[in-house]
Amino acid sequence: MTAALHNLLLHWEALPFGWRLTLRSLGGIIAIMLPLILAVAYLTLAERRIIGFMQVRMGPNRVGPWGLLQPFADVLKLVFKEVILPTNANRFLFLTAPIISITTAFAAWAVIPFGNGVILSDANAGLLYILALSSFGVYGVILAGWASNSKYAFLGAMRSAAQMVSYEIAMGFALVGVLLASHSLNLNQIVLGQSGNIGHWYLWPLLPLFMVYLISGVAETNRAPFDVAEGESEIVAGFHVEYSGTAFAAFFLAEYANMILISALAATLFCGGWLSPLQGWSWLAGTSLTFLTKTGFIWFALKICMFLYVFLWLRATFPRYRYDQIMRLGWKVFIPITILWLVLEGLAVVLKISPWFA
Amino acid sequence: MSAVRSWIKSLLLVELFQGLALTGKLFFAHKVTIRYPEEHIPKSPRYRGLHAQRRYANGEERCIACKLCEAVCPALAITIDSEQREDGTRRTTRYDIDLFKCIYCGFCEEACPVDAIVETSITEFHFEKRGEQIMTKEKLLSIGEKYEAQIAAERAADALYR
Amino acid sequence: MAATIVFIVLAAILIGAALGVITARNPVHAALFLVLAFVTSAGLWLLLEAEFLALVLVLVYVGAVMVLFLFVVMMLDIDSITLRQGFVRYAPLGVVVAVIVLLEIGYVVWTQKLGVTFGTPLPHPAAFSNTRELGNVIYTSYAYPFEIAAVILLVGIIAAITLTLRRRSGTRHQDPAKQVRVSAKRDRIRIVKMPSERKPGGGSP
Repeated sequence: MTAALHNLLLHWEALPFGWRLTLRSLGGIIAIMLPLILAVAYLTLAERRIIGFMQVRMGPNRVGPWGLLQPFADVLKLVFKEVILPTNANRFLFLTAPIISITTAFAAWAVIPFGNGVILSDANAGLLYILALSSFGVYGVILAGWASNSKYAFLGAMRSAAQMVSYEIAMGFALVGVLLASHSLNLNQIVLGQSGNIGHWYLWPLLPLFMVYLISGVAETNRAPFDVAEGESEIVAGFHVEYSGTAFAAFFLAEYANMILISALAATLFCGGWLSPLQGWSWLAGTSLTFLTKTGFIWFALKICMFLYVFLWLRATFPRYRYDQIMRLGWKVFIPITILWLVLEGLAVVLKISPWFA
Repeated sequence: MSAVRSWIKSLLLVELFQGLALTGKLFFAHKVTIRYPEEHIPKSPRYRGLHAQRRYANGEERCIACKLCEAVCPALAITIDSEQREDGTRRTTRYDIDLFKCIYCGFCEEACPVDAIVETSITEFHFEKRGEQIMTKEKLLSIGEKYEAQIAAERAADALYR
Repeated sequence: MAATIVFIVLAAILIGAALGVITARNPVHAALFLVLAFVTSAGLWLLLEAEFLALVLVLVYVGAVMVLFLFVVMMLDIDSITLRQGFVRYAPLGVVVAVIVLLEIGYVVWTQKLGVTFGTPLPHPAAFSNTRELGNVIYTSYAYPFEIAAVILLVGIIAAITLTLRRRSGTRHQDPAKQVRVSAKRDRIRIVKMPSERKPGGGSP
C-alpha cells in the first residue's frame, strides 16, 4: 500500500512542472465546484423551508426525511424537461447566455481564500478580478433577454442591465473602502489584515459601507426585494421566461451560486473570512473552550451561512421595490453615502486610527 | 423637524429592521400547516361530500322514486326512471347523479321525504375514466352500505338542530 | 512557448472579433463582437503582466460602457437599407482613413526592423504588484495630468447631469420621501369645527 503510494508520488514528481500545475488546478477546481453545486442544491431547499417557516407554514417536507431529497427531485425534473427554442430566437446567443451566467458565477471562486493560503489562485488583483467578473455576469441576463425574442424577457433584461450597472458603482466604492483599509487587493492579505479578535474586523469602521455592500449585493444578484428583472407579477418571469429544462436550471444555479459568492465576499472582506471571532481572547487559552479561538474553514462556512440566512430573511420580509425607487436608492443614496464615508475613512487612514488603520 | 427625523429614521433603516424583527419572530412561531394525509381538518357532521343511498334496517332500499330530488336539483344533475315492482311499490330503475354537474348544495338531501339520498363526509374520491363520474344507483347503494354506521352517526349528531 | 500559443489564439480571436464588429449586419451582434474584442485584448494585457489594466478594461468597458451601449442598440429599430445608402459617397473617406492606419502599422513594424525596440516586459516575481506600481507612478510623476483628467471627467459628468435636469411643466412625479412622511391626521383629513345647525323656525330637535 505505502509502496504503491510512494510509487505514485514518484510519478507525480516525474511530471513536468506545467502538467503538475494544470493537474493541481483541475483538482482544486473540482474540489471547489462539487461542494458548491451541492450547497446550491441545498440552498434552494433552505430557502423554501426558511421562507415557509417565516410565513408560519412548513415548506417542502415530503421527499426524504425533512424534505432533504427535494433538491434532487427538482434537478431530475428539470433535467428531463425539453429545452424549448422560441421561434425567431437567436439560437447561438440563446444557448450561450445561461453558460455565461453560470461561468461567471463559478469563476469568481478562484480567488476566494478558504483558509490561510488555501486558495485556488492567490492573485494580487483578486478584488478587481471579482469586480470584473461580476460586471461580466450582466451579459448572461442581457443576452438571455434579447435572444429570447420575447417582450417580457427583453423588458426584464433592460431592467436588470440598468440595475446591475447602477449598483455595481456603489458596490465598487464599498470595496474601495476595504482596500483602503487593508492596503491590498489580495483577498488573503485582506483577511490577514483583520486578524485580532472580532473588534478588528473591517465591519465596524466600515459599517455604512458594509450595509451598502450587502444591499447592493442583493440588488446585484437580482434577489428580492430587488428582483424587478424577474418580477413575476409584472413581466411573467423576466429575462428567463422562455427558458426551460437544463437551460433554466443553469440560470437558477447561477443565481444561487452568486448568492453564495456575495455572502462569501461579505464574510471575507468585512467579517474576517476564515478567522475566528474569538481569536485574540487569551483568557480562553487555558480552558476547554480554547478550540473556539482556532481559525479555520468552519468559521468561514458559518459566516457564509449567516449571510445566506439574511438573504432569505430579506426575501421573506420585504415587498418588491418599485423600479424608479431602486434607481433612486442606488444613485442618490448609496453613492453619496459611500463617497462621504470614503473621505472620512481616508482621514482615519492618514491619522492611523487603531486598531484598524494602524 | 419631522423631515429631519424621518430622514434619520430612513437612513438608519429603522422600519426595515422592525419588519425583519417581525419575520424573525414568526420563524419560531408554531406552524399551522396540516400535514394532510396524516392529519385532517375536523369536519362538521353536516359536511356535504360524496353522495350515498341508504337502506332500511331490513335491507329494503329507502328511495320511493318520488323525484323530489330531481325536481329540486339546481344543477339538473339527477336523472330518475321508475316503475312498479311486483309487490306494487314504486321503485327507481335508474338513479344517476352526474358529479361533474353536482354543486354539492345538499338540496336533494333536504328534499328527500325518506332520507334515502344523503351526502356523506367522504371527500377523497376521484375518477380515472370518462363516465365514472356518473354515480349510478348501484354505486350509491354500495357506498351507503359501506358507510352506513358513519352516515347514521352523523345524522344522529345533527338531529338536535334539524 | 505556452505563452506564445495563448498569444496567437487570443490575437486570432481578437482580429476575428474586430472584423466581426465592422461586418456584422445586426448592430447588436456588432456590439457583442466588440465585447469579445475587449475581453480578448484584456487577455493579451494579462499576458503582458498588466493585470490592473486588463481587469479595469473588463470592468469599465465590458461591464459598464458596453452594457449601456447594448442597452441603447437593442432598443433601436435600425433599418439596414437606409444605413447602407450613402456607401459610395463615404467610401473615399473610409479608404483614406484605412490607408493612414495601414501606414501607421507599417511604420511601427519598419522601425522595429531598423533596430528600435520597444522593450519586452521583464518577467517579475509573483509578489510584484502591477497595481501598486501603477498607483505609485500616477500619484507621483503624473499627479497633475491625472488630476486634470479627473477634473475634465467631473466637468463632463456635471454637464451631462445639467443637460437632463430640466423641469417640464405638466408632468407628474412622485417623491417617495414625501409619500412616506404622510400622516393621516395632518395631511389626509381636515376636521372642521362648526356649530350644529337648526331648522329655521323649528323647535329643539
